[in-house]
Amino acid sequence: MYPDDFYYTKDHEWIQVKEDKATVGITDFAQKQLGDVVYVEMPKVGTQLEFHQSIGVIESVKAVSDIYSPVSGEVIEVNTDLNDSPELVNQDPHGKGWFIRLKIGDETEFEKLMSADDYEKFLEGIEE
Amino acid sequence: MKKTRLNSSHKKLGGKMIEFFDWEMPVEFSGIINEHLAVREKAGLFDVSHMGEILIRGRQALDFIQYLTPNDAARLTPKKAQYSALTTPQGTFIDDLLVYCLNPERYLLVVNASNSDKDFEWIFIHREGFDVEVENKSEDYTQLAIQGPRALEILQPLIEINLKEMSPFGSGWGKIEGEEVLVSRTGYTGEDGAEIYTLSSQPEKIWETILERGKNYGLLPVGLGARDTLRLEARLMLYGNDIDETTTVLEAGLGWLVKFEKGEFLGREALLQQKEEGIKRKIVGFEIIERGIARPHYPVFIENSEVSEVTSGTFSPSLEKSIGLTYLPIEYIEVGSEFEIGIRGKRAKARVVPTPFYKRGE
Repeated sequence: MYPDDFYYTKDHEWIQVKEDKATVGITDFAQKQLGDVVYVEMPKVGTQLEFHQSIGVIESVKAVSDIYSPVSGEVIEVNTDLNDSPELVNQDPHGKGWFIRLKIGDETEFEKLMSADDYEKFLEGIEE
Repeated sequence: MKKTRLNSSHKKLGGKMIEFFDWEMPVEFSGIINEHLAVREKAGLFDVSHMGEILIRGRQALDFIQYLTPNDAARLTPKKAQYSALTTPQGTFIDDLLVYCLNPERYLLVVNASNSDKDFEWIFIHREGFDVEVENKSEDYTQLAIQGPRALEILQPLIEINLKEMSPFGSGWGKIEGEEVLVSRTGYTGEDGAEIYTLSSQPEKIWETILERGKNYGLLPVGLGARDTLRLEARLMLYGNDIDETTTVLEAGLGWLVKFEKGEFLGREALLQQKEEGIKRKIVGFEIIERGIARPHYPVFIENSEVSEVTSGTFSPSLEKSIGLTYLPIEYIEVGSEFEIGIRGKRAKARVVPTPFYKRGE
């Protein structure tokens, strides 16, 4: 369910690293909690993000939820497909529903994140 | 937390449960948009047993209801229901409700879950001088709603009453699966359909039979999430959002249910005065022109001054737009009039539109 090569946060974001760049999205658990996603607000390309800074908002029919940057860095790309098809977040949260790409600022920040195993254990704690 | 008699049925179906005014209720089963569209295109089944029921009986039951509510309950016959309100002397809302005439000395008031205790107390203290008895039956009734263009054909074979011959707001007694039910052609979605009341100790038989028969028609179980988007598209008021003890019946655009000619009732004088002087604000429907979704309590601006707040707001699954309700000063309520809504510190343009946002068959 949760890809092994991603890192995860307690706010239910995932981040996948490729060299000095990373892709960020929300987890399957998060999209299920939100329900039907109907609107996404994303940061501008070029925005400098700090660790755990709000990078945007996801709205479902019922709820509004902030998304936080798992690490610091510079926004290099946003998923503009989500403007017209926000439902991609529900359909493919770990793939086509990605949110932003960033240039990683500080690699040591990954030590604060969870592995897939840790995240699944974390979810078990929530669901109990 | 209070549970309806169908609580375990909902959990079995995978309903996502939330707390709603001290009731554990399903907010969604298969997704709000999916459920919403099923009701618009086919049919949906709702458990709305959290709604309150208050029984008023006695020789002066009608006189008493006439005193408590602005609509004319004398027009009710034993097979009719009526939308009305409990009003304060100021003409504002204690609650909005349905009044069912069971017989000329027996009326059932169906009230909001959030208000059932408050309503009961309000009715109880005002009964002084009337030969009536008042009973809070909220815990006793199970209430289901079956709504949508195919609702009546799904329900019809399960009950001996002829539903097609029943007029809107008509009602009748019958049996479903051997359990006695009161059925009315009412609802809270803007679609045709019925609401079903029963005192049965096994209402899950009724719930499951309707679900099973409805399967071939595309009927889905529906949670409170879609109930809210459906009612808002149909511009049906939600107590606590759109109407409350600070908004008058006239400001809420419900002047049609105030029958001044019927005689004395709580709030009559205040409403008559407000009608003569003219209301200063009124509820309007709006859509957001730019991107963004309006939510309750977001501020509303006209020419840079904050004039009110959003009372209801959501993404409309049928129209695929952001819609909502708010009170505007009377000089700005015309269709087409533009204003702004504050969304997370930014301003989004909105426009007054005709309501209901969605009309059956259009």
